Amino acid sequence: MMEWLEPIQKMLGSAWLPIWTLLKIVVIVLPLMGAVAYLTLAERKVIGWMQIRIGPNRVGYFGLLQPLADGLKLLMKEIIVPSGANKFLFIVAPILTLMPALAVWAVVPFNAELVVANVNAGLLYVLAMASLGVYGIIIAGWASNSKYAFLGSLRSAAQIVSYEIAMGFALVTVLMASQSLNLGDIVRGQHGTHGLLNWYFIPLFPMFVVYFISGVAETNRAPFDVAEGESEIVAGFHVEYSGMAFALFFLGEYANMILVSFLTSIMFLGGWLSPVPFLPDGILWMFAKVAVVLFLFLWFRATFPRYRYDQLMRLGWKVFIPVSLIWVVVVGVWMQTSYWLW
Amino acid sequence: MSFFDAVFYLFAILTTLAATGVIIARNPVHAALFLVLAFCSAAGIWMLLEAEFLAITLVLVYVGAVMVLFLFVVMMLDINLVKLKEGFWRWFPFGAVIAGLMVFEMVWVLGSRQISESSRAVVHAANYSNTKELGKLIYTQYVYPFELAAVVLLVAMVAAIALTLRRRSGVKSQNVSEQVKVKKADRLRIVKMHSESRAEGK
Repeated sequence: MMEWLEPIQKMLGSAWLPIWTLLKIVVIVLPLMGAVAYLTLAERKVIGWMQIRIGPNRVGYFGLLQPLADGLKLLMKEIIVPSGANKFLFIVAPILTLMPALAVWAVVPFNAELVVANVNAGLLYVLAMASLGVYGIIIAGWASNSKYAFLGSLRSAAQIVSYEIAMGFALVTVLMASQSLNLGDIVRGQHGTHGLLNWYFIPLFPMFVVYFISGVAETNRAPFDVAEGESEIVAGFHVEYSGMAFALFFLGEYANMILVSFLTSIMFLGGWLSPVPFLPDGILWMFAKVAVVLFLFLWFRATFPRYRYDQLMRLGWKVFIPVSLIWVVVVGVWMQTSYWLW
Repeated sequence: MSFFDAVFYLFAILTTLAATGVIIARNPVHAALFLVLAFCSAAGIWMLLEAEFLAITLVLVYVGAVMVLFLFVVMMLDINLVKLKEGFWRWFPFGAVIAGLMVFEMVWVLGSRQISESSRAVVHAANYSNTKELGKLIYTQYVYPFELAAVVLLVAMVAAIALTLRRRSGVKSQNVSEQVKVKKADRLRIVKMHSESRAEGK
């Protein structure tokens, strides 16, 4: 596939690998940023239609230039650092939110060949990087020197730590079913002659639900957005942020949404595999599945009221964690019998 | 110096600097963040030794969970640094002797030719999976110690919860199952009434 690159490879010698990897990173990050921009538009449009409104339609045809206008507006704004704030951490916090969200993409396979780093411990890496995202929020809340921001960050930290456990157990069942930590191998494990009946969302259905809902909670999206809670603590952890620093939080949140959608598709919905045996597999299937999962995120936001904080904790600790613990045992026993068909 | 060595020294210097930062940082939150950096760079060194399971678990457990809760607590505490630093110079010689002793021990053990020759990192084949090998060992050869350790941890956890559990009277809390079970009939009473007729006669 890449024969035409060989002369360049020879010319650059040992510098080839870093340059090639950097190129791959750019090829992933730039479209991702574009996707984030247009996801914001899609969100406003979809929620608008669900609420029988039109949504943004002034900037460009069909509102298509709206994300660019928003981005430009945020770029031009002044970044205000509150008095008494810890300046260094205040600026570092948004970066700390965005970076883990981008770092995970290194192990995400788009199809059978397209992946930056085909590492064996991919699933563990995903979990570790996902758990780092909370630092940005905590530090932002603390460094702002503001009560609302601090409350938001405390809530968010407690929420993320709680839902991470259920999320981890959901991934353990995937790991048991596929017997691999490599994300590419997890997709290959769902390959079979029956199309979508071979995917893991059938034997692991409770875990599929738990993972996706925990994913919504981890990304602080409605109905789990108590970290922001506009109606109670104004905007939570990012209340003091403006301009590009605020935009970075925004980018991080949407990049995380896209990431959770990709991971859900890879681990439960067969990744790039075709749902019916007579159609070829391909990257388009992956994008189609991601689009469906992303639509669920938007649908949730338009439909559900925000959880009360105690309900949120109850759902995480008293419902999801017991269910996932039981399902780990169920899958373990099931796999020892001859009824395990996956 | 090869690329490998350069990466090693980078991580090693970062780890040492971060560890020093933990001690000398004036602000406890900064100290906790320095500790996070130290963990991350230590994970990098483990990764160089192809111990990817340990490296990622270090980040996942210590950075992702333990330090988050630690930061959580440190941020809410009102720590008086002046009081903490009291008596620093009085205890300094004592600490310095212990530190010197530890450095001497490490140099003695790690610097001896026998150990440094025999304990080189093993180079593995490309398809070697550290996670798989560790799992195999833990669940076959070391299964009893491993399960025992797990039970000890469980007991510790239960004990910690039991110690802090206080039943206070007069606490107001939501009974969720009652809330869910509520029917329309419990809250709402529909009263049939005749419509008022216009006052007749009188």
